Amino acid sequence: MWMIEIPPFIPFFIGALIAAFTRGVLRNTLMIIVPIVSGLHLWMVPEGIHLQFAFLDYQLSPYRVDKLSLMFGYVFHIAAFIAIIYSLHVKDTVQQVSAMLYAGSGLGAVFAGDLLTLFVFWELLAFTSVFLIWARRTPSSYVAGMRYLIIQVLSGVILLVGALFYAVENGTLDFGYIGLNGIAGWLIFIAFGIKCAFPIAHNWLTDAYPEATVTGTVFLSAFTTKVAVYALARSYPGTELLVYIGAAMTCFPIFFAVIENDLRRVLAYSLINQVGFMVVGIGIGTALAINGAVSHAFNDVIFKGLLFMSMGAVLHMTGKINGSDLGGLYKTMPKTTILCIVGAASISAFPLFSGFVSKSMVMSAALEEGYDWIWLMLLFASAGVFHHAGIKIPYFAFFAHDSGLRASDPPKNMLFAMTIAACLCIAIGIYPSALYALLPYDTGYNPYDATHVLAQTQLLFFSALAFVWLNLKGMYPPELRSTNLDFDWIYRRAMPIVFQNMFSIIWKTDRIVRDKIKEKLSYSFAYLAGKNNRLSGLLSRNHPSGSMAMWVAVMLGIYLLLSFVK
Amino acid sequence: MKNEKKYLFDDPKNVKRVLYILYSCCALLLILDFVIHRHVMHSWENLWGFYPLYGFVGCVILVLVATWMRSFLMRDEDYYEKADMNDSAETTKEPLTKNIASKTGGHHVDD
Repeated sequence: MWMIEIPPFIPFFIGALIAAFTRGVLRNTLMIIVPIVSGLHLWMVPEGIHLQFAFLDYQLSPYRVDKLSLMFGYVFHIAAFIAIIYSLHVKDTVQQVSAMLYAGSGLGAVFAGDLLTLFVFWELLAFTSVFLIWARRTPSSYVAGMRYLIIQVLSGVILLVGALFYAVENGTLDFGYIGLNGIAGWLIFIAFGIKCAFPIAHNWLTDAYPEATVTGTVFLSAFTTKVAVYALARSYPGTELLVYIGAAMTCFPIFFAVIENDLRRVLAYSLINQVGFMVVGIGIGTALAINGAVSHAFNDVIFKGLLFMSMGAVLHMTGKINGSDLGGLYKTMPKTTILCIVGAASISAFPLFSGFVSKSMVMSAALEEGYDWIWLMLLFASAGVFHHAGIKIPYFAFFAHDSGLRASDPPKNMLFAMTIAACLCIAIGIYPSALYALLPYDTGYNPYDATHVLAQTQLLFFSALAFVWLNLKGMYPPELRSTNLDFDWIYRRAMPIVFQNMFSIIWKTDRIVRDKIKEKLSYSFAYLAGKNNRLSGLLSRNHPSGSMAMWVAVMLGIYLLLSFVK
Repeated sequence: MKNEKKYLFDDPKNVKRVLYILYSCCALLLILDFVIHRHVMHSWENLWGFYPLYGFVGCVILVLVATWMRSFLMRDEDYYEKADMNDSAETTKEPLTKNIASKTGGHHVDD
């Protein structure tokens, strides 16, 4: 081949450098060109390991291309392209540079062929993305970014320790199947799990994503969790534990999503829910299930990006994002409304939209492998995701009561980015074969048989009916200005309080004990002094200066004698 | 506001129309259950109206449970910010140890 295979993170890092030193139209043009050129280049790169060198005793391969990594490589290029267009109006250089670096790190991680390279990009993902949160420049985004960074870095450190154990146990750093055996397997599993937002490790996501900038959240939603999904798919396919973790991930966030007021936080919860479907697929581990997980990740990047973009447009134009403040926006933002509904239909897995062709694979695989209860949970989660992401998001933002807001549709670049994403959602939904051709396995799966279509449509329409019925009965929980406690309460409230109280008790006791001892000591000194009250006695308190002068004279005399002796 | 243009759903009739479309779609889907022969993988799928019922009941339970969860999970909007403010106010005022020392008079070894 006439050209060298350049790892895709390099164009993006160069793009970041360019973004740092250029402004205006030039920067915008160059930033759009980067994902296009890099994507086209990736399209022509054959499978295999393209970069390899020895480091100490280990073989490192920072650029490995196979079907699994290519799938994520493609979708990351699409996501970066869409998100860059969406953020063209942003003048903030910090955001543009960190977005490019972040996208590059995501690509670096999925093409990493060894654990050390993976670790480097894993940490880079954290350090570059946190600026997209801080760029909001509010006190709450600063502290949320800090918490995000601490948790992400912690995940990286655990990954590094796991990788070192792995190197010792196996004598290689190869990033392939690892499995849950030995301490290395568990450590790496936990590191992946934190980034994948496993239950009780999920709050970094719901905490930080809604605090990021309008455009930052669109980038954030695409890369971090999908890198973790990719890593799990590579190292832990068929691990049964993942089935149960994933099922829990699909179910519990929907309850929080129903009562959450901040609509971008609702989407953050539904992001966990969607990642749950992927994790279940990886856990089942059959060809169909892995295909389902990977293709769902592919679709999720696009439709979740679309939903975050539409809510970002609302935030950008109105300055508000709480369901309680919004409503009636369809009147003046009709294009955004339609694009949001396309995203909502895709995430709800309506037939002819992208979510349907990938989610049904995971569900079918769960049934085929006899996970009946898991299948029921996934079915419940499917109905639930339609309820909170499919109906709640568009309903409370664009319909519901009229908030009196009359914001117009967002700038052209934002609309264009959303349109691309919406077209992809529909195109994949109508013509899934194009997507299936890229998948790691050939299973000959067809989502459009009467049974599937009917079942899914029935499920969704009756979920909608439930929403209507509850609303008409006045039983639907109204949007309220509130904070809902989640697991992060443990480390944001409970632990600080416990530690504060613990330390104040420790300090108090310490002080009391020391005061007591000091008191006892001074008593005993006073007692001894009282016993030896004579002047100049061995233990008496007072010595006349005369006796001091005498003793000094004695010592000097001894010195003099000693010098003679010598 | 009075002179404002009327929009699609400002007219309650249009809302009703949308709802009727939804109701008829639901009815149609239920009828289709009889017509279309499905090849099922699970015995529950054979039950008549399994998916519609599951979707409806699931969503109602979801909302009721979530509403119930509000009773113990919901706090003020500035719940976390308020706590942070209180903390910083406390620490900037005076450290705890000084208070004790000044009360008892003289300085403590820690101060």
